[in-house]
Amino acid sequence: MFPEEVLEHVFSFLNSHTDRNTASLVCKSWYEMERWCRKRVFIGNCYAVNPRVVIRRFPEVKSVELKGKPHFADFNLVPEGWGGYVYPWIVEIARAYPWLEEIRLKRMVVTDECLEIVAKSFRNFRVLVLESCEGFSTDGLAAVAANCRNLRVLDLRECEVEELSGHWLSHFPDSFTSLESLNMACLGSEVSFSALERLVARSPNLKTLRLNRTVPIEKLSTLLQRAPQLVDFGTGAYSAEIRQDVYSRLADAFSRSKNLKSLSGFWDVTPAYLPAIYSVCSQLTSLNLSYAATRSPDLTKIVSQCYNLQRLVVLDYIEDTGLNTVSMSCKDLRELVVFPSDPFVGEVDVLLTEQGLVSVSQGCSKLQSVLYFCHQMSNSALISISKNRPNLTCFRLCIIEPRVPDYVTHEPLDVGFGSIVENCKQLTRLSMSGLLTDRVFEYIGTHAKNLDMLSIAFAGDSDLGLHHVLSGCDSLRKLEIRDCPFGDKALLANASKLEKMRSLWMSSCLVSFGACKLLGQKMPGLNVEVIDERENVNSLPEYVPVEKVYIYRTVSGQRFDTPDFVRIMGKDKDDLYNLS
Amino acid sequence: MSTEDQFGLEITELRLGLPGGGERNVKKRVFLDILGGGDEVDLCGNGGGKNRNMEVAVGWPPVCSYRKRTIIKMYVKVSMDGAPFLRKIDINGFKGYSDFVMALEKLFGLGDECEYIPIYEDNNGDWMLVGFVPWEIFTETCKRLRMKKKVLDGGLQTKNLMRKNEN
Repeated sequence: MFPEEVLEHVFSFLNSHTDRNTASLVCKSWYEMERWCRKRVFIGNCYAVNPRVVIRRFPEVKSVELKGKPHFADFNLVPEGWGGYVYPWIVEIARAYPWLEEIRLKRMVVTDECLEIVAKSFRNFRVLVLESCEGFSTDGLAAVAANCRNLRVLDLRECEVEELSGHWLSHFPDSFTSLESLNMACLGSEVSFSALERLVARSPNLKTLRLNRTVPIEKLSTLLQRAPQLVDFGTGAYSAEIRQDVYSRLADAFSRSKNLKSLSGFWDVTPAYLPAIYSVCSQLTSLNLSYAATRSPDLTKIVSQCYNLQRLVVLDYIEDTGLNTVSMSCKDLRELVVFPSDPFVGEVDVLLTEQGLVSVSQGCSKLQSVLYFCHQMSNSALISISKNRPNLTCFRLCIIEPRVPDYVTHEPLDVGFGSIVENCKQLTRLSMSGLLTDRVFEYIGTHAKNLDMLSIAFAGDSDLGLHHVLSGCDSLRKLEIRDCPFGDKALLANASKLEKMRSLWMSSCLVSFGACKLLGQKMPGLNVEVIDERENVNSLPEYVPVEKVYIYRTVSGQRFDTPDFVRIMGKDKDDLYNLS
Repeated sequence: MSTEDQFGLEITELRLGLPGGGERNVKKRVFLDILGGGDEVDLCGNGGGKNRNMEVAVGWPPVCSYRKRTIIKMYVKVSMDGAPFLRKIDINGFKGYSDFVMALEKLFGLGDECEYIPIYEDNNGDWMLVGFVPWEIFTETCKRLRMKKKVLDGGLQTKNLMRKNEN
């Protein structure tokens, strides 16, 4: 038996949550030791556990990370009012962890009141990251700015913020100098530029600055000059009438930014201003031009100079030719994301096809992660990609029109995706599209043993498809399905698997009310939430399919903050007595 | 026969003239007050059998709402029967049909006795009644709008349509 100090020292090297969880299961004394020195907790589903239980187990936490709504909430599939309120958590942790330093929230409802509590409760508060959150206004931000004297990071990623005024930024006191990272890209309102400039000037440790659209291009050079130590910079709207003096100042400022490694922003681009960034291209490891409606030649010119690029996010304006250049120039590329410029048009105006992705898979040997939107795909392309890049860990392909077959052979894309899961043995995340039958799920169940997250849409023929996935994917934790003919049989036959997963989402499938009720009754460790907005939902017979069902494991029982369109099935006392 | 002919529309892009003036009346949801009575008019004129370029489903393709709000062409032109001017409206600035329709009324200074119905051209070139599809799909597919003068003997269940398709 090691003395406590030694164990504690050893545990201090365990940073991953999985490792810590494993260590805590070894024996009682390790469990005790570990819980007292755990500094960071990550809760992947805020409804999986009660905040008091977490606090009781881990009394010395400095960093809390929580996730709320299911992923499909990003695509408006989760109706407003579903839940994900962080307030109960904030109240408890404010009471229990006065020395808390970091809060990271994703897809949660955060009110101004929550932000005020955060601002006033934690003396040494340093990091606030809100990703895809909503429910707060610029008043909440003002409270944080005014009160968090030691704040290092304020990162608002893709949040929906009620914009009452841009004045919030001016609430950072003049004595506040600890800022390291500010991401306000998602905000619409204009902030006082002089307040921003002064903030930047008195923040010697500022490494990340992501501006919002309202900061004009003429002002960028001023900010860059104030912060030559910047590593990550996001511009505002990158457009103006061409003026030589503005251009020169900007190009000069970029050329002096020797530490810049990441660029983003670029809304409303005026292409003539793009060459201003050429001097930093070779330094960049990350480039996000996905808000720049600028055509292939301009984009190609840029990427051709980005020799050290590891992450590229662009629109399909880059076209196959641009991606070909990427494959030749960006030999260190790890992640490629190509978004559609006009997602709701069936016709193809842009010359981006599966070829672009194939070239990158050929030329970029370190490519691990792909998110790719396109209009056509073939099995042979998918097979090539899988053979070129067996090191893929994340493969998300979205063929924009549902159920589209291999455009060459008109067959389903089963074999292509099958090849992906067979060759890419380290694949942890997969999203599929196009015409797919139950066969692809058989391949997935057989080969995708490391798959952690799977997204399926408009695919499959029968319950067998779902059964293959649930019974075969040993590592699966998150499964999200929409518009597939999967129903009760596969779900009920694999009920115990659901307790080994974080969550399962099924919408517009064939899962009935009766099956949901049965599952809820039989599995006390699961919350089976039926999300159904139909007016007559209470009078529907049990065999009717539900609109949406969200199933997740939990140790805290059912939640009580549900709106009227959410029913947690099988938990009523009456239901339990009627168990057959 | 194109659906445009059904309405006797002449779609002209450019118009000159002063913007409509007039005082604002008390806000009233004029379009939601249009009473039903009669069958829904099939505005597409095809019973839904036409080959659409693309099946439109809520939340598909999976582009997150933040991105959709940011990159989609924001402003859509709105014209009005008999008015010599064109206006623009940002569809993404609204949460649902109710606010949107109120804003349309405001845009044209329309009041209590509103004689106009909003219709729109979608991404496939079809003219549809505003409210015909779920709000989310409307924001993604609406290319331009027109305030059409109401035909008194038509039966349009606009109110119900919009309520049903409200986000």
